[in-house]
Amino acid sequence: MNALPASRGRLHRVRYRRGRLTPYLFIVPWIAGFCCFTLGPLVFSLVISFYDWPIVGSKKFVGLQNYISMFTDDPLFWHALGVTVKFALLLVPLNLVVSLMLAVLLNQKVRGNGLFRTIFYLPSVISGVALSMIWAWVYSGEYGLLNYVLSLVGITGPDWLRNPNWALAAMVMASLWAQGSMVLIYLAGLKNIPADLYESASMDGAGSVRRFFSITLPMLSPTILFNTITSIIAAFQQLTLALTLTGGGPLKATYFYAMYVYENAFKYFHMGYSAANAWVMFLIVLFLTFLVFKSSSLWVFYESEVKQGADNKR
Amino acid sequence: MFPPKWIPSAIHWENFVHAWTIQSFNTFLKNSLIVTILCNIGQLISSSLVAYGFARFRFRGRNALFMILLATMMIPWDVTMIPLYMEFNMLGWINTLKPLIVPAWFGSPFFIFLLRQFLLTVPRELEESANIDGASAFTTYLTIFVPLMVPSLILVSVFNMMDTWNDYLGPLVFLNDASKYTLTLGLAQFRGMFGVDMTSIMAVTTIICIPPLVVFFLAQRHIVQGIANTGIK
Repeated sequence: MNALPASRGRLHRVRYRRGRLTPYLFIVPWIAGFCCFTLGPLVFSLVISFYDWPIVGSKKFVGLQNYISMFTDDPLFWHALGVTVKFALLLVPLNLVVSLMLAVLLNQKVRGNGLFRTIFYLPSVISGVALSMIWAWVYSGEYGLLNYVLSLVGITGPDWLRNPNWALAAMVMASLWAQGSMVLIYLAGLKNIPADLYESASMDGAGSVRRFFSITLPMLSPTILFNTITSIIAAFQQLTLALTLTGGGPLKATYFYAMYVYENAFKYFHMGYSAANAWVMFLIVLFLTFLVFKSSSLWVFYESEVKQGADNKR
Repeated sequence: MFPPKWIPSAIHWENFVHAWTIQSFNTFLKNSLIVTILCNIGQLISSSLVAYGFARFRFRGRNALFMILLATMMIPWDVTMIPLYMEFNMLGWINTLKPLIVPAWFGSPFFIFLLRQFLLTVPRELEESANIDGASAFTTYLTIFVPLMVPSLILVSVFNMMDTWNDYLGPLVFLNDASKYTLTLGLAQFRGMFGVDMTSIMAVTTIICIPPLVVFFLAQRHIVQGIANTGIK
């Protein structure tokens, strides 16, 4: 950040004679913010994770004890982790598939597709809390919309959010609803697929199913990679929905890992322990991202690898 | 009420007024507006400056810094939450709107990334001609690039407005006094207190949803295009 080079290439000096400092002046807001609101807290968080750090009273260095007790004698840690993994396993694939199907449908050239796009994006525009209020009403056992619809076909629905067997599934469905941004990212990806690919495939007699699997999916695979990673990260950080819809209940069936971290910090005030919890989550997410990236060479297709040597300027 | 009535027998506008006055939603609305507007101004200024720095200059450490910027997007909120709380507590900012506003004035990685991707598509010749005219880098940014960035800035503004307007966790952690609550936090607490009063909750929910909807409708056509410009691949 303050590492100004002592000497630079002649070329650069000619081109940017107005001072080497100029670019740094432009990015200095981010550098300052990064230090104060990201790097500093990150380091500090790591430090306090090695302490017994109550919000009032004396702090005590405990080494790895927070990490050890998390894994060895805190059943709630394993429970919360299990809930989150289950949630992610249900949500991420559903999310990827449903959003992709919607995006493909919304990409059709039909009249009024702008309107449809807007309708599908709407839930993402609405606040997490407001959306929770709407879902609380939809899922309500006695006067909920969902059970009313089910009663029309003769099914007596459970009290979704108060039934430990159904609460997590209800959360998955509620999260699925607000994935308009993923649909938009897919849509943008679809728009970047050159139309002549489809035309020549049609001329060769490829049907729409064939075109989807041989053109759309490979061309869209970088976007799918992006969406996979962001949705894993989002699934692991889900908190607002749990806090506002179920409070982690019933019987901790929706007690997400992020909620465990939050409660350890701001309900029980075990700041050190909570920081350790958060770091474990960070490492898990990093590891999963790494795995997805590693696997991507098997299934992600980059157009630029075919088109050899676009611009190497950057 | 089962089965629910779908066609309301009469529209009770007074529900809205009633719900709005049970709690000090006027105060919550004022707080939400302050946070949203100030964040937006800060975010537009800082993110566009930083994006310009990354996109239009070559300098030592640029790529490394940019990789760091991208990497910060992956850090879970939970990891920095506790130290941030302590930091703001030390500064005496807890229970004020500052923790919700000030960080926005230092740029956000996602918006910087989005604007940079757009700025990379602008041809070099533009600032070369400005260089010959002897304009300073800042003047070039202000007179040439800001006008070009307007569609992307609209996108940033829309996303940022929705994020801050809808934010729940920030207010939850940093505010404890009802007079400082934002609308989302107010609504959540309100539900806790009046859990069964569905009409009032829905009335407030509806009111909270209106501003993002209006903004979204106004900016709709910029959104897909703007995402396409970022070229996420």
